[in-house]
Amino acid sequence: MIYEGKRKIWSEYQKEIPDDHYFYVRSCIRQSFFPASEATFLRITREALGKDIFETEHHTTCGGIAYHSDTIPQETVMTIIARQFALMAKYGYENYVCSCITSFGLYCETLETWREFPELEAKIRDNLWKSCKLEFAKPKFLIHASDLIYKYRNNIAAQAVRKLVNVHTGEPLKVVEHIGCHYSKMFPSKGVGGAEYPYVLVGMIEAWGGEIVDYPERRHCCGFGFRQYFIKGNRGYSLSNTHKKFESMEPFKPDLIITNCPGCPYFLDRWQYVIAESTGKTYGQDGHGIPALTYEEVAGLVMGYDPWDLGLQTHQVGVEPLLDKMGVEYDPAKKYLGKGGKDLGTPVACSCLR
Amino acid sequence: MKNNILIIGGGPAGLEASAQLQRMGYNVILIEKSPRLGGHLAKWDRLFPDGVPADDVLGGLIKELNGVKYFTDTDIRAINRLEKSYNVRLTNGITVLSDAVLVASGFDLFDAVRKEEYGYGIYDRVITNADLEAWFKTGSDKRIDNPRKIGFVHCVGSRDEKSGCRSCSKVCCATAVKQAIEVKQAFPEAEVFCFYMDLRLFGRHYEDLYLKAQKEYGIRFIRGRVAEVSENIDGTLVVKAEDTVASKPLKATLDLLVLMSGMRPSASGKAVGDLLEMTVEEDGYFAVRSGIAAGQRSPLPGLFLAGAATGPKTLPETLADARAAAVEIDRYLTEIFPDARNYKQLVRERW
Amino acid sequence: MVDFGFGLVPSSRINLDLFDKEKYEELAAMEPDVRVCMACGSCTAVCTAGRLVQTSLREAIEDLKNARPEKALEMLGACQLCGKCSMVCPRGINTRHLILSITKVYSAG
Repeated sequence: MIYEGKRKIWSEYQKEIPDDHYFYVRSCIRQSFFPASEATFLRITREALGKDIFETEHHTTCGGIAYHSDTIPQETVMTIIARQFALMAKYGYENYVCSCITSFGLYCETLETWREFPELEAKIRDNLWKSCKLEFAKPKFLIHASDLIYKYRNNIAAQAVRKLVNVHTGEPLKVVEHIGCHYSKMFPSKGVGGAEYPYVLVGMIEAWGGEIVDYPERRHCCGFGFRQYFIKGNRGYSLSNTHKKFESMEPFKPDLIITNCPGCPYFLDRWQYVIAESTGKTYGQDGHGIPALTYEEVAGLVMGYDPWDLGLQTHQVGVEPLLDKMGVEYDPAKKYLGKGGKDLGTPVACSCLR
Repeated sequence: MKNNILIIGGGPAGLEASAQLQRMGYNVILIEKSPRLGGHLAKWDRLFPDGVPADDVLGGLIKELNGVKYFTDTDIRAINRLEKSYNVRLTNGITVLSDAVLVASGFDLFDAVRKEEYGYGIYDRVITNADLEAWFKTGSDKRIDNPRKIGFVHCVGSRDEKSGCRSCSKVCCATAVKQAIEVKQAFPEAEVFCFYMDLRLFGRHYEDLYLKAQKEYGIRFIRGRVAEVSENIDGTLVVKAEDTVASKPLKATLDLLVLMSGMRPSASGKAVGDLLEMTVEEDGYFAVRSGIAAGQRSPLPGLFLAGAATGPKTLPETLADARAAAVEIDRYLTEIFPDARNYKQLVRERW
Repeated sequence: MVDFGFGLVPSSRINLDLFDKEKYEELAAMEPDVRVCMACGSCTAVCTAGRLVQTSLREAIEDLKNARPEKALEMLGACQLCGKCSMVCPRGINTRHLILSITKVYSAG
């Protein structure tokens, strides 16, 4: 692997990411999968970086899941998106940052479609007025939330209390990065680093002291694939794609997987459980799995946030081996305590996955 | 007084046209921007279809120059079009008043880095046809270390609109077959795969070469374009393609992957074209006057074209094109300067 | 082990890493013509059996090269050895002989 070659490609795919003043929209599924990630994004950007990140409870789903499952017409989805843009404009923002990769891809697709077919944009404008009596303005800058953390990765490193380093050996942690398909595969120029060798997560890992691992199936989809997962008859395809990735990364012995998409950490996490329980195979050390975290969770760990505040207990693959390697202090007794110390109960242990 | 002819480009087309025009009695000035004559031919080892050494062919062309004035490391600084001729200032300080100009600016090899999915410049064991040819010539390239499985990817930067290269580069199929045979000769134990979309082996003896590659060298031809390359922990490569004959996706682990970089319009040729305000077609190559019969005449008076400046050509085609350009230039100069005392004129007078 | 009602799906992808070079070379030593097929499909177009069941010499040769000899054998099992394919092969392959050799080499275990 020639690092300089990658740097050359990275330098060709840089996008403008404004410094401040963002209208933030959440992801439908992340709020239930890894709810603390978005809270951590706001905590880092607002409290640690002092940025103005505005959000409103009036925003809705972008309709992306329905769109990619072929259950909603494109014009309806575009009208939903137009409404989000109208909210942004109403609150006086021009920079739009979204938490979800599916949304990001769909926003990019919508803006590109409107650019090519202005008559469609006019129709959507009309639809929105008829349905909501709202008018929208297109964002001046559309970015994904990971772009913003990427932009401020060095500021985060400066405030970090620890690095992505194994405290016992002093070696950097080996990190696999996984980019959501819709981040840049459809529009390579919209992603930091392009589509073949995206840099957005690599940049974070480099800044935070980890070592990036590139493995043959890095570009492969996590296995979510929308209808592959939603329909039980197809679910084996979803599982098999994830399996393919793990078989490919296994020889590299990664300590951690970092992701920037709602579905990817979920499937890279939960399917390790299904693979373990149905085939007996595990991919971490000594029967453990490989933790698949969101970039906000990883940022939170280096910033010294409490792992249970980061929601790491919502991962199926136990994160304790990673926390031990990083020298993160945690109270095992508090792992399954909810807000105000409420006991949420302990999940049943897996039989194969430790 | 003899007519001056400026020839731009010291590759096979420029060399051949220079020799021909010199023999017709014209005063030829050949310029080449690089330090040596020969163009891409100087970098190649052996040539399809029969494997003659490129140096022998180039040596023959240079020998035929027979006193043509040439300047290497020389480019054009400025060109003024006069009533009947061109006033050309060269970067070496010389000014040439030229009655005809032949642009033989050739081609550039497609920059394989642009096909990001193949990882040229990123994965250690991905090389190009030019790299392999250099290895045949010099035997030194640490990326080539007794490979057991070798793949060739046809059409890299050819027939690829996404890379802005719609046209076929014409020579890569035969080059791939030639190189596959040569690499098999170098590593007889190796398995060699050619990934192609169509095999365009149109020229004389090319089909024989293909048959030989299959029959005598056991080279496997797989119809399908490689779409992704990645690297294993041990540095071997994983390539993904579809075997479109079998209608199935295909994976192979290889020790070496050779990208058949295609032909692109020459960037320095384009700079010359800009100075001369020459017409370029959509494919980036220079336009000829009109239609397929116009051959080597550009749309501008006194300005001629030969070789790959007007699109991908094989070496024999380039040489034939150069000879045709010489005839066209001769015809033009005889018409425009009927009183010029060129060789032909002198011969006629002496008779 | 837990039954989730779904599981890993076997890959249908061709894996050239599984290609049995020795076996193929054994065949090629007996039958050098196997190498010169250019997958034109003339043999399949005129196959007496192929009109009724899934059989194709072109495909069988492809299967051998693609590390799927069992598929090749299964396909050639329907061959009636009529010889029509040998009449049309542009590369002059002795197709009947090749079919018998494939069966001999690859059935041997």
